[in-house]
Amino acid sequence: MNKLLGSRIDQIPDSVEAGVDTRHGQVLYLENINVSFDGFQALKDLNLYIDEGELRCIIGPNGAGKTTMMDVITGKTRPDTGTVFFGQLVDLLKMDEPSIAQAGICRKFQKPTVFEHQTVFNNLELAMRTNKNVWSTLFASLSGEQLDLIDEILETIGLVGQRNFLAGSLSHGQKQWLEIGMLLMQQPKLLLVDEPVAGMTHQETERTAELLLALEGKHSVVVVEHDMEFVRSISRKVTVLHEGSVLVEGEMDQVQNDRRVAEVYLGTLC
Amino acid sequence: MFSMGLLKNDLGGRIIFYLLAAAAILVPVCNLVVPETSVFYLSSYTVTLVGKYLTYALLALALDLVWGYCGILSLGHGAFFALGGYSMGMYLMRQIGERGVYGHPILPDFMVFLNWKELPWYWYGFDQFWFAMLMVVLVPTLLAFVFGWLAFRSRVTGVYLAIITQALTYALMLAFFLNEMGFGGNNGLTDFKDILGFNIQSDATRVVIFVLSCVALAAAYLACRYIVESKLGRVVLAIRDAEDRTRFIGYRVERFKLWIFVFSAALAAIAGALYVPQVGIINPGEFAPLNSIEVVIWVAVGGRGTLYGAIAGAFLVNYSKTLLTGSLPEVWLFVLGSMFVLSTVFLPKGLVGLFSKDGKEDE
Repeated sequence: MNKLLGSRIDQIPDSVEAGVDTRHGQVLYLENINVSFDGFQALKDLNLYIDEGELRCIIGPNGAGKTTMMDVITGKTRPDTGTVFFGQLVDLLKMDEPSIAQAGICRKFQKPTVFEHQTVFNNLELAMRTNKNVWSTLFASLSGEQLDLIDEILETIGLVGQRNFLAGSLSHGQKQWLEIGMLLMQQPKLLLVDEPVAGMTHQETERTAELLLALEGKHSVVVVEHDMEFVRSISRKVTVLHEGSVLVEGEMDQVQNDRRVAEVYLGTLC
Repeated sequence: MFSMGLLKNDLGGRIIFYLLAAAAILVPVCNLVVPETSVFYLSSYTVTLVGKYLTYALLALALDLVWGYCGILSLGHGAFFALGGYSMGMYLMRQIGERGVYGHPILPDFMVFLNWKELPWYWYGFDQFWFAMLMVVLVPTLLAFVFGWLAFRSRVTGVYLAIITQALTYALMLAFFLNEMGFGGNNGLTDFKDILGFNIQSDATRVVIFVLSCVALAAAYLACRYIVESKLGRVVLAIRDAEDRTRFIGYRVERFKLWIFVFSAALAAIAGALYVPQVGIINPGEFAPLNSIEVVIWVAVGGRGTLYGAIAGAFLVNYSKTLLTGSLPEVWLFVLGSMFVLSTVFLPKGLVGLFSKDGKEDE
C-alpha cells in the first residue's frame, strides 16, 4: 500500500516542466506590460528579459513598480496589456498562482512568510516539489530521496540545528533563509526574491549574499533590494525601475554613474 | 491496532476513546439490565440526554476541523446538522404510515392538514432507509460544495465568510418555516413511530441509537485525527496561518478548503441524523443562527485546534445548559456569553489548554 502511494507522490507535476523552452537563453520575457490601479499607472510599457542562470538585481525608488512586477509574474495581478512568457512557450497570463508556482517560478515575500506553527522540517516538506493535489497530500508519505533532499536544503540554508524548531521561534534572518529554502525545495527555474536582507544584521546580510551567489547558474534569480552595498556584492547586472518602466540596465558601476539614476534617487529627495 | 497507532501521541484523544468505549458498554447495561431500584440504574431520559450530547460533540468536532485547523469560521454549521436531521426526519415520517392522526397511508399528517393531495416529488424514496441515509449525507454535502465552491473561489475569507455562512443558515430557516416548502413548516417533523421496524420510544431502540452515536463519534474522531496528522492536515494549517504563501508554493488553496469544508459538513449532517431520532423532533428552529454560534462557543470553550477540546467543550457547555435552563432559565444566555468572553480572554486555548503541557501550539 505504502509503496503504491509512494510511487504516486513521486510523479512530478506533468507537462509544464517539459514545456519550459529556454533555447534562446532566456527564461522570462516581460513585454509591454501596463498595469494601473484606479488610474495610478503602476507599470508602464515595462520590458524585461531574464537570462537562464542569471542573478539579476532590480532596484528603484519606492513606488517604482518592483512589487507589482513580481505580482504580475506570479499571477497575483493581471496586467491590462502586455505578454509574460516563461521560456519560449509558457504563457503565464493564462495561469493562476499555484500552476505558475508548479511550473517553476517561486517567490519570496518582502516580509518573511513561513508557517510559524510548524517545524522547519515541515515547512520544507510542504514546499517540496511533488504532486500537490488534495488526495495525494492526504495519503502522502516521504520517500528516502525526499528526506535526503530536505536534509540537503537544511544544510544549504544553515538550519540543520533548527530542523525540529517551530518556524515561529526562528530569528528574523533565519526565517528569511527558511523561506529561501522553501523556494529551493520546489526546484524552481526562476526565483523571485523580494528584499531578502531588509532588517538583517551585517553578518546575516553577508550569509544571504553567499546563499544567493551559490544559486547563480543553477537557477535564475531576480532580487529586488534597496541595500546598494548588498546589490553591489552579488550582482553582475542591475535593472533600475522608475515610475513603472525600465530606466537603465547594465553593470553596477555603469548604473551608479548614470546621471538619470542619480536624479531619480537624489532628485526626489530635494 | 490502527486506531491506537493514530492516537499514540494524542492523550486527549485516548481519554475520549476510552470514555466512549466505556459509555457504549456500560450505558446499555445500566439502562437495560440493572434493575430500576439500583443506584447504578440509568434512566432512559439520561440515556437520551447523553446521546444528544454525543451528537452535539460530533457537530463540534466537525466545526473544529474547519475552524481550528483551516481557519474557516463557519457560523452556519447548524444548517448542515439540520439538513441531515430533516433527511432522517423525512424517513421517520414516512414510516408512520396509517398510524397518523388522519390515517392517510402515504401523506404525513401536516400535508393532509394542508389539503395536499399528492406527495411532493422530493419526498419520494424517503420511505427507503438506504435512500434516506444517502440523502442525509448527500444533500448537506452538495450544499456545502456549491456554497464553498463559490465562496472559496472568490477568495471570501474571515469575517465576510462568517457572515455569509450565517446568512445561509438564516435563509434556510426562513424557507423551512414556510408551509409551502413541504417540510412541516413551523412544527417541523415529529410524532415518529418507528425506525427500521423498531419502536423509536422503546428503551432498546434508544440504547442502540446511543451506541451508534458513540461509534459515529469515535470513528469521526479517528478520521479527523488521521486528516490533521496527514500532509493534507499540514497544508490546511499552512492555509490558516499564511494563505498566500501556501498558494505561492503551488497548492490550490480553494480546493483544500472546499474538501475540508465538505467533509466537515458531512460529519455535521451525520450528527443531525443521529440527533433527530433521539430527541423525536426536527423543526426550523434548528437552523437558527444562534444555534450555529453556540457551536462555535462550545469549540472555543473546549479549546480549538485540538479535536478533543471540541468534544469536551460540547459536553461541558451543554451539561451546564441542561442544569441551568432547568433551575435558572433566564440566566443561561448570560452564562453562555460570559463563558465565551472569559475563555477568549483568559483561555485562548480553551479548557484543554490548561492541561496540555506539550505546548505544541506555542510559539
